[in-house]
Amino acid sequence: MKGDHHVILRVVAKVLIPIIALYGFYVQFHGEYSPGGGFQAGVILAVSVILYSLIFGIAPAMRAITPGFARFIAGLGFVTYIGVGVWALAMGGNFLDYDALFREPPGGHNGQHVGIIVIELGVLFAVAGSMVSIFYAFAGRVSEIRDEDW
Amino acid sequence: MIELISSLVPADIAAHAPALLVVGPMLLAPIAAFMPNGRLAWILSILATGFALVMAMVLVSQVRSVEGGAVLSYAMGGWAPDAGIEFRIDALNSMVLLLVSVIGFLAAIFSWPSVVAEIRDAKRAMFYAAYLVCFTGLCGVASTGDAFNLFVFLEISSIATYVLVALGASRDRRALPAAANYLLMGTIGASFFVVGVGFLYAATGTLNMAELAVRLQEMQGNKAVLAGYAFIFVGLGIKAAMFPLHQWLPNAYAYSPSFVTMFLAATATKVAIYALVRFLFTVFGLEFAFEGSTLIWILMPMGIAAMIACSFQAVFQTDVRRTLAYSSVAQVGYMLLGISIGTTAGVSAGMFHLVNHALIKGALFMALAGMVLSYQGTSLNDLKGLGRSAPWTMTAFAIGAVSLIGVPLTAGFQSKFALVNALFEHGWWWAVAVVMFSSLLAVVYMGRILEAVFFRAPSNPNKRRKEAPMLILIPLWVLAIANLWVGVQGGFVAGLAEDAAMSLFIGDVS
Repeated sequence: MKGDHHVILRVVAKVLIPIIALYGFYVQFHGEYSPGGGFQAGVILAVSVILYSLIFGIAPAMRAITPGFARFIAGLGFVTYIGVGVWALAMGGNFLDYDALFREPPGGHNGQHVGIIVIELGVLFAVAGSMVSIFYAFAGRVSEIRDEDW
Repeated sequence: MIELISSLVPADIAAHAPALLVVGPMLLAPIAAFMPNGRLAWILSILATGFALVMAMVLVSQVRSVEGGAVLSYAMGGWAPDAGIEFRIDALNSMVLLLVSVIGFLAAIFSWPSVVAEIRDAKRAMFYAAYLVCFTGLCGVASTGDAFNLFVFLEISSIATYVLVALGASRDRRALPAAANYLLMGTIGASFFVVGVGFLYAATGTLNMAELAVRLQEMQGNKAVLAGYAFIFVGLGIKAAMFPLHQWLPNAYAYSPSFVTMFLAATATKVAIYALVRFLFTVFGLEFAFEGSTLIWILMPMGIAAMIACSFQAVFQTDVRRTLAYSSVAQVGYMLLGISIGTTAGVSAGMFHLVNHALIKGALFMALAGMVLSYQGTSLNDLKGLGRSAPWTMTAFAIGAVSLIGVPLTAGFQSKFALVNALFEHGWWWAVAVVMFSSLLAVVYMGRILEAVFFRAPSNPNKRRKEAPMLILIPLWVLAIANLWVGVQGGFVAGLAEDAAMSLFIGDVS
C-alpha cells in the first residue's frame, strides 16, 4: 500500500469504531444508575457512523447504514416514545403515566422501571437516526451547479 | 353542533382530550413519514387533524359547560402540576385550539391538489409528516400550562415550519433565502423567549404558569423578573410578527408552497399572539408594574404603526401573496391594538379579530392556491379576468376580501366594530380614526386586486374556465360561508372571544 497517507487513521479508526459503539450502548444501559441515557448514547452511536464515513468515505457508510434506514430508526424511536404514552392511556392512566402501565397495586414499581427503559430506547433510536440523517443530508449533498460551470 | 359531536365521544376518551388532542397528530406524524406514497400520508393527515378537531370540540364544550368557563387541568405522566408538566385548558386555550384544528383540518383536506402540483413525489410523505409536526407544535403551544413546555412546542412547530417554507423551492428558488431568514429570526425569537423563561425560573423557582402568576405578584420590581419580561415580550413579538420584528413574514408567506402559506397565515402568528396574551395577562398580570407602560408605550404604538405602515406597503406590492402578507402584519396590528387597551372588551375584540382574521386569510390564501394551481404565477397581472374564468373560486376570494376590508355583514366588520367600541369605551377616540384610515387602505389594496379580477380583460386569452378542483372549492367555501355566518350572526365566535378575555381577567380587581 504505497502512497497511502491514511493508513494510521484507518487502522486506528477500525479499532476505535467498535469501542465507540459499545460505549454508546454502555451509556444507554448504564444510564439507569449513572449519568447518561438515550440522548447521549444516541449521539455517541451516531458519532461512530460519522467517524466511519469521515475515514472511509460517505458511500461505504451509506451502504452500511442506508439513509432510508437512518430515517426509519429516527421515526421508530419517536413512535416508541409516544407509544409508551399511548399504552399508559390505554391502561387508564394519564399520558406517559408509567405507574399505570401494568395496573400495579400501589407500591409496585415495575411500570416506572420498564417505562423509562423503553422511553430511553426510543430516545436512543430517535437521536441516533436523526444525527446520522442530518449528517447524510449535509455530506451527501450534490452541488446543483457543477464545479466547471462556475 | 359542537355539543352534539362532543356528546358522541366516549367519556374515557373525553377525559383525556387535552392530551389526546396533541398526542394524536404527534403519533401519526412519524407514521405518515413512513408511508410509501404521498396519498396515504395525506389521508393520515386528514385523520389526524380531524381527530384533533373532534378533541378540540370536546374541550370547548367541557369548558363551556360551566358558567364563566371551566379550567381543565391535565397532569402529564400523573405528576401533579408544579412538579410535573400541566396541560391547562381554559376558555382562551379552547378557543385557540378550536381555531387551529378547524383550519388545520380544512387545510389538510384542500392540500392534496396543491401539494401534487408543487411538491416532488418522493418528498410528499415527508412533507405531510412535517405538516403534522407543525400542527402538533401549534396545538401544544395552545394547550400547555408550563412555560418551558411552551418553548419546546414553539420550537417543534417552528422547525417544522422552516422545512415547509423551504419546500417552496421547487416552485420558486427564493423560498430558500426566505426560509433561512425565517430560521434566523425565529431562532432569535425562541432564544429570547427561553432566556426570559430562564430569568423567571431563577427568580421564582417554578415553570408552571399558574404558579408563576402567584409567585410573581410578590416580586414587584425584581430586576431579574423585569429582564425576563422584556425577553419574553420581544421573543414572542418576533414569532407573532409584531411590527418592527415582522421582516421574516412577507417573504416566508410569498414563496412557500401555497398550502403552507394558507396554513401559516391562519394559525402560526395567531398562536404566537395567544402565547403573548397568556404571558401578558395570566403570568404577569396587569398589576405588574412594568406592564401598563409596555401596553401603552410599546404595544399600542407598534400596533398602530403596523396598521398604517404595512397597509401602505401592501398597496404597493405587485405580487398578490405579498400584498396579503403585508396585510397580515397590518391585521396583527389590529389585534395588538385591541390587546393594548388592557380591558376585557379590548382583549375580547383582539381575540375576536384573531379568529376572524384566520378565517379571512385562510379563505384568501386558499383561493390563491386554487389559482396558482391553474395559472401558476401570483402577480396582479396573472389575476386579470379570473372573475369570468373561475367564478366560484374568485367569488369566495371576493367574500374574503370584503371581509378583510370590514364591510358590514362579514366577519371582519364584526370584529372591527367590537374593536372600535372597545376603543371608544376606553376613550381612545383618535385610535378609531386610525382604524378607519387603515381600513380605507385595505379598500385600496384589496380593491386593486378585485378590480383586476372582475373588471379587467384577461391578459392571456387562453384562460378560459379553469375552476379550482372540488377538493379546494369545498373547504374554500366552508371558510367563505364561515366569514358570512360570523358576520351575520357573530354571537358564537364573539361569545368564545369574550369568554376567553373574561378568563384572563378573573381575579383582577379592575
